Amino acid sequence: MSKSKVKKMLFILSKATIENVYAGFVMANGARMEGIEAEIFFTFFGLEAIQKKKLNGLHVATVGNPAMHIPTMVGGLPGMEALATKMMKKEMEKLDMPPVDEFLEILSASGVKLWACKLAVDMFHLKEEDFIEDLDGILTIGDFYNQADMEGTQIIFI
Amino acid sequence: METLIAGENVKVNEEGYLLDFSEWNREVGEEIASAEGINMTPRHWEVIEWLQEQVKADKALSIRGIKKSGVLDIKEFYALFPGGPLKISTKIAGVPKPKSCI
Repeated sequence: MSKSKVKKMLFILSKATIENVYAGFVMANGARMEGIEAEIFFTFFGLEAIQKKKLNGLHVATVGNPAMHIPTMVGGLPGMEALATKMMKKEMEKLDMPPVDEFLEILSASGVKLWACKLAVDMFHLKEEDFIEDLDGILTIGDFYNQADMEGTQIIFI
Repeated sequence: METLIAGENVKVNEEGYLLDFSEWNREVGEEIASAEGINMTPRHWEVIEWLQEQVKADKALSIRGIKKSGVLDIKEFYALFPGGPLKISTKIAGVPKPKSCI
């Protein structure tokens, strides 16, 4: 067993840019690999990462992201997001990082619980069939807090 | 450092991973497993042997690699070696701890 005092990691994923989604996925998977429980609550734009039709079309943000080192005006040109995303995905594949759909399968098989936020689901008029099969259910934020049911639980907002 | 496992003096690092695979045998693996709370079954040994082959073939071990292995799926891997399967299974197998985050 892990020596870590952290026993359970709860992630709230509110964004659907590739860098944020992967941050959540890598941390959740990394927790499981250390014997730490992990769950992800997808809310607002984060819901794109678990919608069957959208999850493989996520992009990196090229506007309003100074670390991209491209001027904001250029980042806003048509096709820039797609280009930057393609380049980033190529680099990730080199590191053996799985694409979003495969990553979700890995997370679910590893015992990571995947939840959709009820309020956001209602707001975007989404239905259960819009989501991946591996989704564990639709919860309110209150339900999700109740998943913090052991000592050493941490909640992280992404 | 040197430590006594299953009556053999073996070299391990500070986390208990064997430094020299030639010092590994099933008894050593068995004793590391029981310290991790795992009772080895024939299925466990199949997985351990596969891991050792991968390392010998210089292939990096990762959870994604397990999914693609065709030997076992991720669910079974977690069931066989609960509490951090890649970390624990490699320790039992006498191979280095994988550096992968995935």
